[in-house]
Amino acid sequence: MRQRFVHDVSGLPDHDFGSDSIVWWGTLGFVAIEGMGFVLAVAVYFYLMREVPSWPPGSIAPPGLIYGSLFTGVLLVSALPNHWAKRAAERYRRRGSLLGMGGVVLLGIGLLVLRGFEFTVLHVRWDTNAYGSIVWTLLGLHTLHLGTDVADTAVLLALFLTDRDPPQRRYTDVSENADYWWFVLLAWLPIFAVVYLVPRLG
Amino acid sequence: MSASEASDLRDGPALDEAVTRARLEHTWRRPEGLWGWLVTVDHKEIGRRYIATALGFFALSGLLALTMRLQLALPESHLVGPDLYGQLFSMHGSAMMFLFAVPVMEAVAIYVVPLMCGTRNIAFPRLVAFSYWIYLCGGLFFFISFAGNTGADRGWFAYVPLSGPEYSPGKRVDTWAQMITFTEVAALAVSVALIVTILKQRAPGMSLDRMPLYLWAILVTSFMVLFAMPAVMLASSFLIMDRLIDTHFFNQAEGGSALLFQHLFWFFGHPEVYIIFIPALGFVSSIVATFARRPVFGHLPMVLALIATGILGFGLWVHHMFATGLPRLGNGFFTAASIMIAIPSGVQIFCWLATLWDGRPVFKTPLLYVLGFVFIFVLGGLTGVMVASVPLDLQVHDTYFVVAHFHYVLIGGAVFPLLGALHYHFPKITGRMPGERLGRLGFLLTFVGFNLAFFPMHILGLSGMPRRVYTYPSGLGWDGMNLLATIGAFTLAAGFLVFFLNLLLSLRRGAPAGDNPWGASTLEWATSSPPPVHAFAHVPLVRSREPLWEERESLPVVTGLRVDAREVLVTATVTAEPRVREPSPEPAIWPLLTALATTGLFIGSIYTPWAVVWGTVPVAVTLIGWFWPTKREQRKEKATEHAPGLAEAGA
Repeated sequence: MRQRFVHDVSGLPDHDFGSDSIVWWGTLGFVAIEGMGFVLAVAVYFYLMREVPSWPPGSIAPPGLIYGSLFTGVLLVSALPNHWAKRAAERYRRRGSLLGMGGVVLLGIGLLVLRGFEFTVLHVRWDTNAYGSIVWTLLGLHTLHLGTDVADTAVLLALFLTDRDPPQRRYTDVSENADYWWFVLLAWLPIFAVVYLVPRLG
Repeated sequence: MSASEASDLRDGPALDEAVTRARLEHTWRRPEGLWGWLVTVDHKEIGRRYIATALGFFALSGLLALTMRLQLALPESHLVGPDLYGQLFSMHGSAMMFLFAVPVMEAVAIYVVPLMCGTRNIAFPRLVAFSYWIYLCGGLFFFISFAGNTGADRGWFAYVPLSGPEYSPGKRVDTWAQMITFTEVAALAVSVALIVTILKQRAPGMSLDRMPLYLWAILVTSFMVLFAMPAVMLASSFLIMDRLIDTHFFNQAEGGSALLFQHLFWFFGHPEVYIIFIPALGFVSSIVATFARRPVFGHLPMVLALIATGILGFGLWVHHMFATGLPRLGNGFFTAASIMIAIPSGVQIFCWLATLWDGRPVFKTPLLYVLGFVFIFVLGGLTGVMVASVPLDLQVHDTYFVVAHFHYVLIGGAVFPLLGALHYHFPKITGRMPGERLGRLGFLLTFVGFNLAFFPMHILGLSGMPRRVYTYPSGLGWDGMNLLATIGAFTLAAGFLVFFLNLLLSLRRGAPAGDNPWGASTLEWATSSPPPVHAFAHVPLVRSREPLWEERESLPVVTGLRVDAREVLVTATVTAEPRVREPSPEPAIWPLLTALATTGLFIGSIYTPWAVVWGTVPVAVTLIGWFWPTKREQRKEKATEHAPGLAEAGA
């Protein structure tokens, strides 16, 4: 078929932040999938709760609050360096991006250690009963996301450390990585409420 | 970099057409030989491979079905025993659903969607390559397990407690559960790539209201995958955890619930039917418009019907569970929702009929398959409305009536349009016209064979024959119908054989197709057949819903994309105004390596939970390799970068 030239796009940028970046959409897609996974896992929790007369079942004590609360506090604090990383990246500032991501990775490692302690005060094992199974699963599922994003951020940090003058496009990765951290953060709040507070209601 | 230096690297009036094509060819081609075959990220190559693999699994699962029909042809047959028969129907159902029906729809979409969008490659092509490898590994694992007598044997939905640790020792259920994981990972990855391609890489000017119905169908389907598949991943993961690390999700004695498995499975399982069926609706719309020689009647109601079907599809799952003793009122809701979904389906059927009525239909093979679809699917829909009502469902639950119903819906609703679509897209994919005479013969055999095989099953079900029995005694009035069904099944298989033989022969003997042999209106027909690696030398610009019918003389195109680096055009989500020239990934071995590492983890986890821990190390290493840019990529990006703020200045 014959063609006629009607419009020139050579002046367009080769990257952008937000909804004109395809990786931003890809991230959103995976957030939707994993968010749905969390929603269904929480639904399973409540479904199982209906199956037994008391919750937690039998004489099991609710999970100890200390590490979970500490975890939640540190996670909320991590929003700050995460925000800095995103803001610096959107202005193409390498130093700010490095510091922000460094902060997220350090706090992330701390969070993983705290998470380890959380598992020790659940007062139930995954193979004790269905309550134990779903509590371990909820916590495990979130840990998987946390670990993945800490690793992601560390890789991106290493990439920036080894390249003194990274291409501008790379900064969109920092920005989108920061968006994903927000997902890990926000997904935790309802899970915290379910794992730690719901057993104390009844 | 100065403007003059940049301009000779881009397509446009300043660059000779032959040079443009040669440079693009060089930029987009993959390495030669086996290595190139392993590292390719070309959506057309991956799509072809995906289609061929899915058809391979279709043939294998079909052979299992023929074996079952042979066994059931006569009463008290001893061709296969109960244990093998259990594996036959479980493997057949699981493989048809998870390794054929969903993947083949995604496979065709991987090939067609980017071309129909007018873009040079799919979004996230490496993710799509990964999806193919993980799908291939999962499918091979499933069938190799079957060959080693570890085939799935608890039905395609593997209900607990039968599939739980107590009643299913051994590894058969675990292979089933991990096959689910493989295929869901593959489907989720492709869906994200398809959604982003459709929302962000449509040709400039193809605003949402000008988007072809096929793209709408794939968009709705892909969103359904995102929200449905996590449910079955939870179901199969919980099942395998109950079996391997002693969790108690489905163990009634420890506070679990067997019914929970059914809820999770069907929350996915019902949308699954629509995930298979909606792409087929997209095929039908493409074929009807092309062969009726007019746009589909009622574009807007068609789009709304697709979206409504996608949403309603999530509100029906309990109708698979009417026999479990759930509260009556709840069942009433699901009956209403199930009957309601007949409305958008009906809207679409009537719109197609109106299109054909008002058009000048050309009855080529693809359109014959569409007519076959209308006939069979309406029958399947009618029995669907029947089994949506609780009293009738309780009567025919677990009988051959249900087997007849879902084969009418799935083969009529999905396989017939698929065969039509394969015939329809064959010239684009291969550059050759498929034979018309053998095509018609294939249609005749499949249509007659299908109805012979499955219509009697309605009557068998009503006269009480349960599904999943490996044999039956003589004298129950089932003998003749079963024999007829077996004859029909072999006729159907002969039809499939003729269909594919025709395509194979046409591959060598078919007449050269030319760009647009059917006179279709969508963008995939604007490029040559088969398309070059870069798909379009210049990205088309769209000004109407039927671009190739509106622009008879010449096609308007945009210029200014690089010819010496892989670039795709990103456009605004709703209006499709050009926004970004996005670099597109180069070939890489990492998707294959990551898929192999993931396969190791999945299969290892069946044998020891520690595989999940140690298996993450190779997965992490390969993923880092995947994302770490090579020096060459870094340099390339650096040399040509162009920040958003400079856009206005440059333009």
